Amino acid sequence: MAELKLMKGNEALAEAAIRAGVDAYFGYPITPQTEIIEYLMMEQPEKRTGMVVLQAESEVAAINMVYGAAGTGKRVFTSSSSPGISLKQEGISYMAGAEIPAVVVNVVRGGPGLGTIQPSQADYFQSVKGGGHGDYKLYVLAPASVQEMADFVEDAFDIAFKYMAPVLILSDGLIGQMMEKVYLKEQKPRWTDEEIYKMHNDWATFGRKNGRERNIITSLDLKSEKMEKRVHRLYKKYAQMEEEDLRYETIQCEDAEYIIVAYGSSARIAQKTVDLARAKGIKVGLLRPITLFPFPKKQLMELTKQVKGILSVELNTGQMVEDVRLAVEHKVPVEHFGRTGGIIHTPEEILEALQQKLIKG
Amino acid sequence: MAKVIGAIVVDNERCKGCEVCIPVCGPDVIRMSSEVNLKGYHYAYMETPQECTGCTNCGIVCPDGAITVYRMKVED
Amino acid sequence: MDIKDIIKPENLVYKNTELMTDNTLSYCPGCGHGTAHNVLMGVIEEMGIVEDTIGVAPVGCSVLAYEFMDIDMQQAAHGRAPAVATAIARTWPDKYVFTYQGDGDLAAIGTAETIHACNRGENIVIIFVNNGIYGMTGGQMAPTTLPNMPSSTSPYGRDTATTGFPLKITELVANLPGVYSASRHAVHTHKHVRKAKKAIEKAFKDTRLKKGLSIIEIVSNCNSGWKMQPRQSNTWMEENMFPYYELGDIKVNGKLVNKQ
Repeated sequence: MAELKLMKGNEALAEAAIRAGVDAYFGYPITPQTEIIEYLMMEQPEKRTGMVVLQAESEVAAINMVYGAAGTGKRVFTSSSSPGISLKQEGISYMAGAEIPAVVVNVVRGGPGLGTIQPSQADYFQSVKGGGHGDYKLYVLAPASVQEMADFVEDAFDIAFKYMAPVLILSDGLIGQMMEKVYLKEQKPRWTDEEIYKMHNDWATFGRKNGRERNIITSLDLKSEKMEKRVHRLYKKYAQMEEEDLRYETIQCEDAEYIIVAYGSSARIAQKTVDLARAKGIKVGLLRPITLFPFPKKQLMELTKQVKGILSVELNTGQMVEDVRLAVEHKVPVEHFGRTGGIIHTPEEILEALQQKLIKG
Repeated sequence: MAKVIGAIVVDNERCKGCEVCIPVCGPDVIRMSSEVNLKGYHYAYMETPQECTGCTNCGIVCPDGAITVYRMKVED
Repeated sequence: MDIKDIIKPENLVYKNTELMTDNTLSYCPGCGHGTAHNVLMGVIEEMGIVEDTIGVAPVGCSVLAYEFMDIDMQQAAHGRAPAVATAIARTWPDKYVFTYQGDGDLAAIGTAETIHACNRGENIVIIFVNNGIYGMTGGQMAPTTLPNMPSSTSPYGRDTATTGFPLKITELVANLPGVYSASRHAVHTHKHVRKAKKAIEKAFKDTRLKKGLSIIEIVSNCNSGWKMQPRQSNTWMEENMFPYYELGDIKVNGKLVNKQ
């Protein structure tokens, strides 16, 4: 029976990871996500489930610890915030190339540089356009509530192991720090060594059991023909992700004349804008991407048949707006609105922007 | 009086002619052949095979693991 | 007595370990990496622990170690092998986990990972091949390059005034309580190989004691980087590297070996 609690987003995510039977977490302090490792240390999950929790000497070390443990078939995750995620990009690219299932959580803060500790969505490009080097993409889940911070941990691992790929949970300081009620699932047992030996015998490096051939975790292919095959294999997965695991939500879009596209905290705020607009007789709907990759391209194109304009609302200077434009191929005007630098836009500001940029303009 | 004699077998294609085995051979048996393998390396061989005692020094130092060593006792 | 009579299975006394694949080694002729690989795999074979051993290869000449070592291996980002190994050892406490790294990997970009894995006393073995140069990328200066030693990025010889002195990382980490044993060896002669093998075997056996990390440095040659013939490089190594990187035990079972 699920358990109802009032928790911070960061803590709900950490608790959900323990309950999902995750095997290990490697992290490093950085505001606004340090509660994740603090909560894990307080809970001593090694006693509850045998889960390993270790504070590394840097984000670079932490992501490579994830690489190592995940490469043996264990369920492993890490978390950080923007500058720390920049440090992890090489490791994430390695995991994509070596086809390693693992989960990375980014609780985004304002940037660039040291920036601010206030919430932001300015890491959108880094997340979906490949923050690291080379041809790869990340499956990106964008939680918009404490409940989703909890639920997406298990969802992320399911995707990671289905596709043998790293998965990113793209949250932000607002979702990470706020408290809400959350239903937490029952404790799931961690995989036993024997289960791992059976399930992941053909790829994981836990020692050559029963005389099997050696397994190798590597992203290196010096022969270009082999490297190209490897990259195409990755992109086949990404195509399959788009086919099978796209997630989004629509609110009051059926009769909408204008659509707001927003994810995470911006989506929460924009819901209020929808109500404010409708109170003024402006039929606005909200499309909330839950996965940022795969992106709801077809759904957006479909909506162009009925809407006069789309507003992309993001806590940044306009990043997802480009993907919205690409999706609708200029069939309708697409504009952006967003405060940045850590300032949270208000429902009223969004409505005003929509009126100025789409209706009066 | 029993005497120990030995012999080595060099994998000619694996040997890279690095000569690292030469100085470790007590009776100085090994030399590089005038022949070359498919990669163009002169490969090691026993120039004075009767001197070989099968002590394995060359085998354990060979970077490419190209040397196999045999040894046996014989009555003099 | 004809050689054919000697070369018989019953007279076999040495052949290379089964745990080396048939792949031709990518290392230059006479490079110590090959010998170090053979010794390490020989230990794992003789201890019969291949079912529970995981190796972590670095970036550098031995990045391709997993093509030659017939065991489960991971290839780690440059410098990060100790972190990768840390996580494997922590999530599989009863396995044998080792890293195999060069001096650029371990003592330059990976310094923090090396020091902190040692400081946490991770239950891993670090095999550290020190040839005083970056080999794979064509012979650049490394933290371990000797004073006045030429390289492609210190063409006029390493100038300690501007690039500092060679880093004795093994002595550095030996002072950390987390390090159980630290020693320095070579593999260019049969005597050195036998000693190195004993040290590696002890390090793997000590893993079971869970008393901390063992680090084994192997001072080795780099023929192409030093621009010498293999035998000449081994002589040069003895005359130049050994005085600076003294062979022998540095720390044994938690106690530093004091050198008068």
